[in-house]
Amino acid sequence: MTTATVPPQGAKRADRPAEDPRPRRGLPARLKRSFDAHWYAWAMVVPVVIVLGVLVGYPLVRGVYLSLTDATEANMGGTYGVNHIPATYKFLGLDNYWNILSGEEGMFYPRLLWTLVWTASCVFFHYTIGLGLALLLNRDLRFRGLYRILLILPWAVPPFVAAFSWRLMYNSEGGLFNTLLASVGMEPVSWLGDPLMQKVSVVAVNVWLGVPFMMVALLGGLQSIPRELHEAAEMDGATAWQRFRHVTLPGLRPVSSTVILLGTIWTFNMFPIIYLVIGQNAGDDTDILATYAFDLAFSSVRDYAQSATYGVIILSMLLVFAVFYRRLLIRQEDAR
Amino acid sequence: MKAPTTPTAPATAAVPSPAAALPAAEAPVRRRGRDERGTGASVALHLTVITACLIAVFPLVWVLWISLRGADGWKDPRNLSGGLDLTNYAHVLGDTEFLTWFGNSLIVAFFTTLLGVFIAASSGYAISRMRFPGQKPLMWVFLITQMFPIAVLIVPIYNIFSDLRLVDSHAGLVLAYCSTAVPFCAWMLKGYFDTIPHEIDEAGRVDGLTPFGTFYRLALPLARPGLAVTGFYAFITAWGEVAYATALISSDENKTLAAGLQTFVGQHTSNWGAMTAASVLITIPAALVFFFAQKGLVSGLTAGGTKG
Repeated sequence: MTTATVPPQGAKRADRPAEDPRPRRGLPARLKRSFDAHWYAWAMVVPVVIVLGVLVGYPLVRGVYLSLTDATEANMGGTYGVNHIPATYKFLGLDNYWNILSGEEGMFYPRLLWTLVWTASCVFFHYTIGLGLALLLNRDLRFRGLYRILLILPWAVPPFVAAFSWRLMYNSEGGLFNTLLASVGMEPVSWLGDPLMQKVSVVAVNVWLGVPFMMVALLGGLQSIPRELHEAAEMDGATAWQRFRHVTLPGLRPVSSTVILLGTIWTFNMFPIIYLVIGQNAGDDTDILATYAFDLAFSSVRDYAQSATYGVIILSMLLVFAVFYRRLLIRQEDAR
Repeated sequence: MKAPTTPTAPATAAVPSPAAALPAAEAPVRRRGRDERGTGASVALHLTVITACLIAVFPLVWVLWISLRGADGWKDPRNLSGGLDLTNYAHVLGDTEFLTWFGNSLIVAFFTTLLGVFIAASSGYAISRMRFPGQKPLMWVFLITQMFPIAVLIVPIYNIFSDLRLVDSHAGLVLAYCSTAVPFCAWMLKGYFDTIPHEIDEAGRVDGLTPFGTFYRLALPLARPGLAVTGFYAFITAWGEVAYATALISSDENKTLAAGLQTFVGQHTSNWGAMTAASVLITIPAALVFFFAQKGLVSGLTAGGTKG
């Protein structure tokens, strides 16, 4: 058998020592041996590697390059009918980055601050509400199946439909919320006009949209905690809160850490809600970094270079976050 | 469970405890589902869940209601005269490009799913079963591509596609979606292949199958539920995607639903009647299919991560 097929666990460690102590052979020979052993695996992953190289790798390189230039719609060139207009943008080096990160451009830090507030508040509400509902649904409850289906409904709706439904309810003309306020004699609120209310509104929509995923994921996690643990804790006289704190939460850890990581990344990049609920004509106050970068590239003056720079900065921040988060988890795991 | 009873607990814990004694405040974290609880606690529990359900369902009910209230019904929801009618639906289906957009969305989402699952399946298997140089980095690439903000790829993809004349075409949109669908599918499928016992592969190998044969004849058929769920998720993602659809498609007849619906309600138009009717027509099939597939969805998404 030529392939390095793996028996269930720990095999990676096992075959390393077998390789290393051997006398070093020439590079071609080692490559040959490696190829013989792994060509099945490589053949299987080659389609994905090619697709990723073409559809992700190349655009990424091109994006990084664009971020080092002053490319806009005007100097981008391109082919219009039979005329080919050459691109005339120049290479600038790190000017764009300096411009944005030094605060000179003026939009980055306010956008970043709001993006962080947006992400933190959305993920916080997703997780706490999702956990609360999961705990309720995990109990013996009549109509549980029905409740579960109704609670998942927001997840089943395409995000753009959800965004428009909420926009309809926020509407200043004939919107449900203002109609309700008026009927109890209160002043209408400009849900989608006032910057602060805009922010509250979009967070509400996103919380509504994101809770079902958390709930279902955490419910799965809850059900995987062995019942005996709770019974043992109870036997030892643990109160309900102590059981929650020391049995339920630790038992949920693997699920929690994954959904929080995913949720943070998704929320950080969440495009459709803010873009569709607020619309493009409402100023930049409620734009998070991702929608702001999109607007830079595809609204009025198409500033490709700035937008690409924002994209690269967002990606770098997420990478740093993911690495730190992972490391934090591993350290906590070791500390136990 | 209350502290006083616990020292002598074994007997009381095994038998359902006298329910009325439990204070309602303990209810949310009390985990012994088999135990009975007081009527008060039960009512509180049901009320909480029902409130949550109402919040979850209400926006959709509201849209359904408005959609049935005629073209101008949205302007004054308090005016209940006029009854219900289907003019909005007739308008959307007859006078707008809704059906074209619906078809476009179906085509784009279908081909994205097909390409995504088809390309990703073998790598998911290879990463799940074999150890090879480059495996770890590849897993990392899959993970990292999921955190790619649209912002970082959309500009270069737009520029490359305009050079290749793929802008404003469905093929271009499918390719753009594949940039996220392929790594995502590979990630999910790896999780599914992990759940299939290795003994099956070994049995296949003993019977003389090559690794390709094992993959194609044994693992793939066994992973069919996983393939379905993965494909479904890729479909839903492509179906609901907004940013690429908005940026890459310019002509009305090529728009997908996500881009097309924006023309109903924009800076200068507010055709909420058509919007709500279209929303209902989109949501009903999407929600129906969703409920069939959602069970395996979460385990698939989180499986890859917990094994990291």
